[in-house]
Amino acid sequence: MSRGRVRRRPLGTSALPRAAVLVLVLALPLAAAGAERTITLPPDDPSARLPDGPGAPETRNACSLCHSTDYIVMQPRGGAVQWQAVVTKMIKVFGAPITDEDAKTIVEYLATRYGPAP
Amino acid sequence: MNHLARRTFLAGLGAGLAAVSVGRGPRRLEAADPILAGRPLVRYPEKADLILLTSRPPQLETPMRYFAQAITPNDAFFVRYHVFPVPTSIDVDTWRLRVTGRVDRPLELSMDDLRTKFSKAGLTAVCQCSGNSRGRFSPRVLGGQWGDGAMGNAAWAGARLRDILAAAGVRQGALQVTFDGLDKPGYPSVPDFVKSLDLTRVLEDPDVLVAYEMNGQPLPVLNGFPARLVVPGWYATYWVKNLAEVSVIDHVFEEFWMKPGYRIPDTACGCVPPGTTPARTVPIHRMTVRSFIVTPADGARVTAGRPTPVTGIAFDAGAGIGTVELSDNGGATWRRADLGPDLGRYSFREWNVAWTPARPGLHRLMVRAVNRFGESQGLEPLWNPAGYLRNVVEEVEVQAS
Repeated sequence: MSRGRVRRRPLGTSALPRAAVLVLVLALPLAAAGAERTITLPPDDPSARLPDGPGAPETRNACSLCHSTDYIVMQPRGGAVQWQAVVTKMIKVFGAPITDEDAKTIVEYLATRYGPAP
Repeated sequence: MNHLARRTFLAGLGAGLAAVSVGRGPRRLEAADPILAGRPLVRYPEKADLILLTSRPPQLETPMRYFAQAITPNDAFFVRYHVFPVPTSIDVDTWRLRVTGRVDRPLELSMDDLRTKFSKAGLTAVCQCSGNSRGRFSPRVLGGQWGDGAMGNAAWAGARLRDILAAAGVRQGALQVTFDGLDKPGYPSVPDFVKSLDLTRVLEDPDVLVAYEMNGQPLPVLNGFPARLVVPGWYATYWVKNLAEVSVIDHVFEEFWMKPGYRIPDTACGCVPPGTTPARTVPIHRMTVRSFIVTPADGARVTAGRPTPVTGIAFDAGAGIGTVELSDNGGATWRRADLGPDLGRYSFREWNVAWTPARPGLHRLMVRAVNRFGESQGLEPLWNPAGYLRNVVEEVEVQAS
């Protein structure tokens, strides 16, 4: 699990005491009649977790600040030129707080893990 | 689609589409489609099981089987947000639509105002992501690797935007209108998702709506509750969700999501030679003509010599679909399909053909539509660097035995 990720409690009532569940159930019809609509989003899909390796912690921290890593794993594979352009865009356009040193590490990680198919 | 990859996959595949469980992990989509195969199937609040593109911000794709009917159910409608966090709690009693900028009377409209102070207008219209089918581009392009399900068709109802602007009184010198939703980036340097339309586009078209109903129901939160913009015929990027502010401005709005975001080459086809960079770009706008075969599903098994209904949908930017044709011989000859009910010129149009596979073996079915302006679809895909406007003739492969 990356340090940069905001973790949420999963859906479900197992973490709540039984009395609280009862109160919630009783309160539901009232809440439904009100004007407020509330949803709870699931956590990031765990299967999109970036694989371990040199540069993985830096990559997870930097990228997960703003988006889940499925953005990375679904992309077409590409070499250092492709990934350098992506990292540069994240820094210059979206203002990602990535040091020059970390940017180099991240590009190397991505070009290794998601480099051109052999 | 990559035919070699699909054929290889077909060899070991019984049905066209099915959900399978792999171990204790999430359910995954089993498909003949190399872009979608293996994607997680997830159930988000107020939504059916949809194909996960990204978790944060949420992006969910509609499985192809939902397009067997012209109307896409609200719970199956695709989701595409640009920034995170997205709104997850909205009190419609305190929600207001602000109308600001170069107007005589700035407004703060409640939902009750929207419903009672403006006449209710409605239409059925396709909402399609600019990047729908981006995953099929060759050479491939970066961005959300959608299959074909970043689209949906619904009956929208709400207030006309031009009535709202008339109530506010647009001042001289106004040029564009910007639209901002409740989604605000959590990290401060990420550009807020704000879109713009030319004022003339909005004032001339009575079908641009601030919609508070979708298929007769309130919108799901992830599809824009309590109200979203509806811009019929234009890509979904303009259909701003969870709408909060409409602002009239005296200049061309060129923040990130209008420029450099969501641009197409300034050429007649919106395309450039594959792998090249356009000299000039313009904001994406009208949708291209598209048609899809929904049944039989790609990779399905059928019976040789027995009539098999082939059905699907077609749509365009609002000229309306004129004809739909099916070919089972690589485009050498085409058979005209019967069209389903006309739900309006911006809607999906259902079509069907009774097709009999003449022999056992692999059959390739192709579909193309022509709209009432004579615009159609090409046999070769057009290309642009952002992966927009895809409208190549689509096909499915079925195995007859």
